[in-house]
Amino acid sequence: MAALALLVTAAACSSENAVNRDDDDTSGGKGGGTYGLKIAVVTHGAAGDAFWSIVKNGVEKAGTDLGDTVQYSSDGDPQKQAQLIDAAVNQKVDGLVVSMANPDALKASVEKAVAAGIPVITINSGASRSKEFGALTHIGQDEKVAGEAVGTELANQGVKNVVCVIHEAGNVGLEERCAAVGATLGGQIQNLQVDINNLQAAQSTIKAKLQSDTAIDGVVTLGGPVANVAAAGIAEAASPAKLATFDLNAEVAKGVQDGKILFAVDQQPYLQGYMAVTMLTQYKANLNVLGGGQQVLTGPALVTKENAAQVAELAAAGTR
Amino acid sequence: MTSAVAATEAGDERVARVGPLTRLLLKPELGALIGAVLVFAFFALLSDVFRSASGVANWLDPASTLGIMAVAVALLMIGGHFDLSAGVQTGTAAITGGILTTYYGVNTWVALLLSLALCLAIGFVNGYLVVRTKLPSFIITLGTFLMLQGLNLGVTKLVTNTVQVNNFDKIQGYGVLKTIFASEITIAGAPFQIAIVWWVLATILGSWVLLRTRFGNWIFAVGGDLTAARNVGVPVQRTTIALFMTTSFAAWFVGTTQIVRLTSIQAQAGFGQELIYIVAAVIGGCLLTGGFGSAVGASIGALIFGMTSQGIVYAGWDADWFKFFLGAMLLLAVLANQYIRRFAEQSRR
Repeated sequence: MAALALLVTAAACSSENAVNRDDDDTSGGKGGGTYGLKIAVVTHGAAGDAFWSIVKNGVEKAGTDLGDTVQYSSDGDPQKQAQLIDAAVNQKVDGLVVSMANPDALKASVEKAVAAGIPVITINSGASRSKEFGALTHIGQDEKVAGEAVGTELANQGVKNVVCVIHEAGNVGLEERCAAVGATLGGQIQNLQVDINNLQAAQSTIKAKLQSDTAIDGVVTLGGPVANVAAAGIAEAASPAKLATFDLNAEVAKGVQDGKILFAVDQQPYLQGYMAVTMLTQYKANLNVLGGGQQVLTGPALVTKENAAQVAELAAAGTR
Repeated sequence: MTSAVAATEAGDERVARVGPLTRLLLKPELGALIGAVLVFAFFALLSDVFRSASGVANWLDPASTLGIMAVAVALLMIGGHFDLSAGVQTGTAAITGGILTTYYGVNTWVALLLSLALCLAIGFVNGYLVVRTKLPSFIITLGTFLMLQGLNLGVTKLVTNTVQVNNFDKIQGYGVLKTIFASEITIAGAPFQIAIVWWVLATILGSWVLLRTRFGNWIFAVGGDLTAARNVGVPVQRTTIALFMTTSFAAWFVGTTQIVRLTSIQAQAGFGQELIYIVAAVIGGCLLTGGFGSAVGASIGALIFGMTSQGIVYAGWDADWFKFFLGAMLLLAVLANQYIRRFAEQSRR
């Protein structure tokens, strides 16, 4: 075992293989805040979801920058998420950040937090119910606005027949996006189901769809990893379809740069985490509320060929 | 065939000669084979792209990597065990290879060997714990499954700050890796993945081991009747551990294929796929109780799965019903399989 470790370290020093090792620290300043608040962030993101790992990075960076103690927890099951919120309230945190994919299930817990005098900010999803539950404000992207932006942009590019790839069956947000794309596209749209945990098969499925329906001239994916296999699938099927995607990662940014992907919609998850913690801190310190309680939109920010190069580096560092 | 049976009726039924048709019907993979033909015919009628060369190449592709896993999983199941960590191990293999090279700069070949060593070690631990504790492999491998799921995510996040490892195509020797794991062979103008060749070889190797080697006899013995196997001197522990390590080897191979092909790997890659491997083996005639099944059958199971999952898309059915159609197809295949076997066993008596 020791020999193995030695081998690894020895090899680590020399090889040019370390293409992903970052030479410079891109995480910015050290941060010297001394607010010292205790803020809990409870989301519905599944462990391992690329999107939520960026939110978490934003939360943690804000904590370091401001000198707050932040605790991030998440559970995709609404009931367990409600229990996590209750636990945070019991610990008497100074502020609470919640994402509400299923608002009704969280209603009692969020209201309990508000009643206990804990300021709450909702992020990502649940915008329409945020105020009703007593939250200060909501930070996130409006899926309908974002989807419509995609539909409009695709229509401008002359795309008429779109297949919308859903990688998580039964996810309300994903269905919403596809529907909103269709609303402004002015053409045809159909949904296609794939499994995010088997991307190789997802690629074959997208390819199969393009082979069997040659009239398709546009593909919309709803997550970074799927966009990459969709690009490969389009190439293999020799289809002329144009590809647009929601959400970003380093490879998507590169794909946009290379012209394989027309554009990507970035809802800036890092900001959702970072700003929520910052806004709670400012509220506690100064009673400030950004937007005066109106929803604060973090997207849709379009990543196109023009700005893809800079974004690519940030995406690789896990902040975009 | 009734006459053949009648002729030896007076003799010992265990050495009774059976007609060629019955013998064929008794093969575990026959039901699956008939199912595969039916599924093919069904989708070929619905879609002409499905039966075109490029269509065939496309549904053979997901079937191939699934098939490689299914053969290994079938051997393990014939030996009486499950491996619920098989799916997540493909992710572990790919993530280990990816991180060691792209983040720690380890030589490509050393990194792949280390990743293989890790997988074999996981297989060994699975097998060792199963034979030592005598707990069901279901429990042991469920534990490994959850631990690896957490490790894959935790380590990836710790090292990369994101949940994926990418840029694998920039490492040294990638060209060679691509040739071995992910090159394409053009037949009739359509690109066929080389994984299909590996799959065929794995099936041949698996069948040969099962039917022509002493080790193969041990597998059937261990899965059929553990006590009897031990009494006749079969090294039960060694056989079981070897089977778990075989599954891990397959997971390493498939995981490496994935990262080479996609040039990146997600931390959650492979979660949930273990059930698909087991489904393929079961469609192919493996019994959940062990002692019966075949490598060829498992491969045909994978073929049915590949044809069905892509065929549904070619047929243009509504995506919302996708899983339902898939489930119904699988259920039909297994029922047909069981019916044929029962019919064969009755006609033997």
